[in-house]
Amino acid sequence: MDKIKIGIPRALHYYYYGDMWRSFLEELGYEVVISPKTTREILENGCKCANDEMCLSLKLYLGHIHYLVGKCDAILVPRIDNYGTYNQTCTNFLGLYDIVANLFKIPLLTYNVDETHKETEMKAFIKLGMLLGKGKEQSKIAYFNSVQKVEKEKKKKRKLELEKLSSSKKKLLVMSHPYNFEDAFIGKEIKNTIENLGAISINANALIESNKNDYFEFSSSLYWKYNKDLVGILPFIKDRVDGVLFLSTFPCGPDSLVNELLMRKIKMPYLNLIIDEESGSAGMETRLESFIDILEQKKVR
Amino acid sequence: MGDYDIPAHFLLSHIIHNKIIKPKPITARTIEIGAKYSPEFVCTPFKYTLGTLIEGLEQGAKILIQAGGGCRYGYYAELQEQIIQDLGYDCKVYNLVTAGKTDIKRIYHIIKEIDPKASILKALYYGRITKKMVQYMDFIDHYMRENIGFEIEKDSFLNLKEEMLLEFSKVKSCYQLKKVYLKYKKKFERIPIKKPERPLKIGIIGELYTIMEPYSNYELERTLASMNFEIKRFTNVTYLLFEKHKKTKQYLKDASDYITYKMGADAIDNIARAKELCLQGYDGIIHIKSSFCTPEISAMPIISKVCNDYNVPLLFFSFDTGTSEVGIKTRLEAFYDMLEMRR
Repeated sequence: MDKIKIGIPRALHYYYYGDMWRSFLEELGYEVVISPKTTREILENGCKCANDEMCLSLKLYLGHIHYLVGKCDAILVPRIDNYGTYNQTCTNFLGLYDIVANLFKIPLLTYNVDETHKETEMKAFIKLGMLLGKGKEQSKIAYFNSVQKVEKEKKKKRKLELEKLSSSKKKLLVMSHPYNFEDAFIGKEIKNTIENLGAISINANALIESNKNDYFEFSSSLYWKYNKDLVGILPFIKDRVDGVLFLSTFPCGPDSLVNELLMRKIKMPYLNLIIDEESGSAGMETRLESFIDILEQKKVR
Repeated sequence: MGDYDIPAHFLLSHIIHNKIIKPKPITARTIEIGAKYSPEFVCTPFKYTLGTLIEGLEQGAKILIQAGGGCRYGYYAELQEQIIQDLGYDCKVYNLVTAGKTDIKRIYHIIKEIDPKASILKALYYGRITKKMVQYMDFIDHYMRENIGFEIEKDSFLNLKEEMLLEFSKVKSCYQLKKVYLKYKKKFERIPIKKPERPLKIGIIGELYTIMEPYSNYELERTLASMNFEIKRFTNVTYLLFEKHKKTKQYLKDASDYITYKMGADAIDNIARAKELCLQGYDGIIHIKSSFCTPEISAMPIISKVCNDYNVPLLFFSFDTGTSEVGIKTRLEAFYDMLEMRR
């Protein structure tokens, strides 16, 4: 018998937990199908499925699901609500499972992380393993092994990113959710543009360390986990970069408020880029170019 | 928000000794100010409330209270405070609910911070009266919505309601309040109406701020009433404060063929209500929200699926600061004609 194929869309959560899922599922003996990097076609399919007011990242997610339908036996769509009362996620993440379940007719795999109701991540993964017909112990071991593996990977990535900080080029800190900046459609062009202009982009996500978080300096009542993590590294990194690039998709809920607050509080050059499916690359390049020019001039003085 | 400034003012004026500034009704200027200083694609209630806060400051307010809530509402206060301070006002914004959670202790601390002389016993006493007052108001509103479309003398309902609210704001005890309520309830029931046997019934669901603040939905309910609809609306302050936590589980169960998990704010409530309205034989459903309201956006595809399955017409409205009133009216008229033809 062929192995059961489980599909993972390369969007949203994938950039946080993708490696984790892959190693967890592979450890349990399943084949994992990951959708390819975002293409124009995936975006267009996503837009067709989606409601026109959904954010671009969600549209991309639906596009990836659309791609996976028919290419695998089930798709993994987790529902991640919160990691405690003051560590919530965006409301799109809460509804994700139900949106996909209503829009597409395909078996879905899911797990639910909701720590205010005592559904921890470990419990959720064990449940997922048991749902797939594996034993409790086996799932637990697979979970811990994957966690270790992912931690190692993360450390490596972090080290690489930190090395970039010692470069003599102009350094731009990109404050953005990983599913935006690391996406092939949204972020890649921006990254290339920055490099072509002779500067270097530093991915704020790769620098996140769970035990080192000082979001309080900027915002006292922030309660979105992913934004909190991003804001939390700012105090440590602020003095080592030349400028900050806020990158968000249209119309991202948490970013619309948090980035506005940061822009008002951060006392250094920043650029706010908002991307939607119609954005042309020419406008983006011009803005980045002039921003980097400003940074260059500032140093001469 | 709607008429709720009366109980809010009532409660605060009895608890704290500071001077309370009543917000002016929202006008085009409020929105203009709010939109000017807001981030570009924040949801519309942010712009409305910011406008209201700034107008309050212009009247000399020093302390502003923001209610907050489950989704983005909970984060409004901090950013609004920053914006207002950047504008050069000296003030403090208090947030009652954050991250969808609040407790008595937090509110107690806020009250003590605002006015150290405030008496907690008094707060509890008047809190109870206010709770009752809001409930009575919502009862009356409910009755009004069902019948206002068929009044014979124009504005007879609204005039009577204004009278009632004025008397409500003067009561001193629960007993008095109940007496006033019963008196006006009888009066309301005596207002002459001409209701056909089977009027067109319509349910309104959607995002809470837009639903409760008539200015932000361009007087949708009044327009519907003038078209002789019987209106049903679920969201009101009674529901949000005292009933929501009890009903969530029930709603999840009711709509279990469509949803498995909670989706934030009022999303699942609206899905379950859509199904309920369909089952109760309503002629149409109107879903309203402010632009960029994320939980409702996630709920919309599911709501349209529900209505598709039960074959009930559904109309979506998304209100922003720049929506034109004429466009809304045209769409409503077309919707009305369609409903009548289906009959």
